[in-house]
Amino acid sequence: MGIKTTARYATVWAIVLGMAFPFLIMLSTALKGPNEIFAAPPKLLPHEWNFASFGDALNAMPFWRYLGNTLLVSGLCVVGSLISCPLVAYSLSKLHWPGRNVVLVLMLSTMMLPPQVTLVPLYLLWDKLGLVGTYLPLVIPSFLGTPFLIFMLRQFLMGVPDELLDAARLDGASELRVYASVVLPLARPALATVAVFQFVWSWTDFLNPLIYLNDSSQYTLSIGLYNFFSEHGVDWGPLMAASVMFTLPALVIFLLGQRHFVEGIATRGLK
Amino acid sequence: MRRKATRAAGSRRRLWLGLAFASPWLLGFVALVAGPILASGYYSFTDFNLFQSPTNVGFANYQELLHDERFGQALANTLILTVVGVPVSLMLALLLALALNLRVRGMPFYRAVVYLPTIVPIVVTTYVWRWLLNAQYGWINRLLGLVGLPQPSWLEDPAFTKPAVILIGLWTVGGTTVIYLAALKNVPQETYEAAAMDGAGPWQKFRAVTWPALSPVTLFQLIVGVIASLQLFTQPYLLAQNRLNGAAGGPDDSLLTYGMYVFQNAFVFLKMGYASALAWVLFLITMAVSAGLLLTSRRWVHYGN
Repeated sequence: MGIKTTARYATVWAIVLGMAFPFLIMLSTALKGPNEIFAAPPKLLPHEWNFASFGDALNAMPFWRYLGNTLLVSGLCVVGSLISCPLVAYSLSKLHWPGRNVVLVLMLSTMMLPPQVTLVPLYLLWDKLGLVGTYLPLVIPSFLGTPFLIFMLRQFLMGVPDELLDAARLDGASELRVYASVVLPLARPALATVAVFQFVWSWTDFLNPLIYLNDSSQYTLSIGLYNFFSEHGVDWGPLMAASVMFTLPALVIFLLGQRHFVEGIATRGLK
Repeated sequence: MRRKATRAAGSRRRLWLGLAFASPWLLGFVALVAGPILASGYYSFTDFNLFQSPTNVGFANYQELLHDERFGQALANTLILTVVGVPVSLMLALLLALALNLRVRGMPFYRAVVYLPTIVPIVVTTYVWRWLLNAQYGWINRLLGLVGLPQPSWLEDPAFTKPAVILIGLWTVGGTTVIYLAALKNVPQETYEAAAMDGAGPWQKFRAVTWPALSPVTLFQLIVGVIASLQLFTQPYLLAQNRLNGAAGGPDDSLLTYGMYVFQNAFVFLKMGYASALAWVLFLITMAVSAGLLLTSRRWVHYGN
C-alpha cells in the first residue's frame, strides 16, 4: 500500500474508533462489576465479565413492561405514518390540483416552528379531551402526517412517471384504486425509510412521554431510564446495562433498513 | 362551451380529490399547529395555571420578561450554545463527509458507524456522556490526562458545562454528515479536473470548487442547525438533572436553555401564560435569525448554473 492509501485508511479508522468509543464504554461499563467501574484509572475492558448489572437493571424497574409500552407506541406511530404520509404525499405530487403548492410551502414552513410554541396549547387540548395520561397524544399526531416524512415521500413520487398512473386511470380505475394498486407498491422502498425514521423517532422520544404519561405503569423506556436515574442516582452499571438493552432494538431496526437509509441518502440525497 | 364546462368540472373534481388525499395533514395543521399557535398567542396575554381559567393581564407577561434574570440567563446560554455549537458541528460534519468520500474499501460500514449515534435514544446518549465526562472516573479526562492536558470537572464547573453540551452534539453529527456526503457526490468531476489542469493543489481545489459548490447545502444546514439549537432541551435538561430539584439548571444555571425555561414555567411552576409569552418570543427570534441568515447568504452562497 502506498503512503496515500495508508493515510486514507488511518483517517477513516480514526473516525470510526472515535464514533464507536462511547458505544464501547457503554457496553464495557455494563459488563463490569462495581469495583471495576469505580477504578482509577479506568480499564477499557472488564477484567472479569459480570452480567449482574443486567439483572439489577431488570429488577430496579419493570423493564419488560416499559419495553412493551415503547414497542406499542412506536408500532402505532409507524402504522399511523404509513397510512397518512403516503396519502398526503400522493396528493402533493401526483394529483395536480390548484393550491397544492401553497399547501406544500405551508407544510415545509411548519418544520421551522419551535415545538415550544405549541407546547402549552397542545397540552391543554389533550387535557380538555381527557387524553393526558393515555398514549393517544403520542400516537394521534402520526396519523395526521409528519411534514419531513411527507416531503421525503413526495420527492420520491415526483420521480414516478405520470404515464404509469394514467394508464391505470384509462383502464377505469378510481383514484383510490390507482393509489392502492400502483402507487403504494411502487413506493415500497421509500415507505421502508419512512417506517425506520418513524420507529427510531418514537422509540427515542423523551419530551412527549415526559409530558403526557403520568402513571408509572405506562412509562416508555426513555421515562423509565430517566426515573431510574432520579431514584438511584449514579448507579452506572445497571444504568449502562439498561441503556444497552434500550438501544439495541433501534440499532437492529436501523441495520435492517440501513440499505435504504444512509446509503440511500448519501448517494441520492433527499430528492 | 361544453368542453370548457367539463374542464371546469374536471378541475373541481381534482381539487376535491387533492384535498381529500391531503386531508390528514390539513386536519393536523388546523388542530395541532395553526390552532395552538393562535391559542398560544392568546395565552401569552393571560395569567393561569391548570386549575383556573385564564385571566387577561395585557402585556404583563412580556414586561415580566424584561426583569426576569433567569430569562436573560437562559437566552444568553442558548445563544452561546448556538453561535459556538452550530458552526463547530457543521465544520466537523464537513470534515467527516470529506473523509467518508475518500476511495476506501468497505465505505458503507464506515458511514453506518458515523450515522449510528444519531439513532441512539437521547436519554441513553446523555447518560453515557455524563459517565464519559465524569471528572474522576470518566474516559474523557483519562484521555486528556494521557496527553498532559488539564482535566476539568465538566459538569460541576459552570465554565465547562456548555462545552460538554457541544461535545455531545458533535457525537451525533452523523445526520449532517450524510447530507454533506450527498452534496459532495453532486459536485461535477470535470470541475476538479479543470482545476487540476490549472495546477491547483488540494487546498485550492477545496476553496475554488468544493466549498462554493457546497454553499447552498451549508446554508440549509446552518438554518436547520440554528433552529434546532435554539430549541435545545433534552441534553441540557438531562445533564442538569438531579434528585432534588425539578427546576434545575446546572451549576449557576449554566445549563439552563431557553427550551428548558419554557418547560419549567409551563410544567414545574405552572405559569402557563408566562410560558406562552416565552414561547412566542422564541418563535420571533427563530424567524428573525432565519431571515437574517437568508439575507447574508447572498454574499457567500453560490448557486451553480
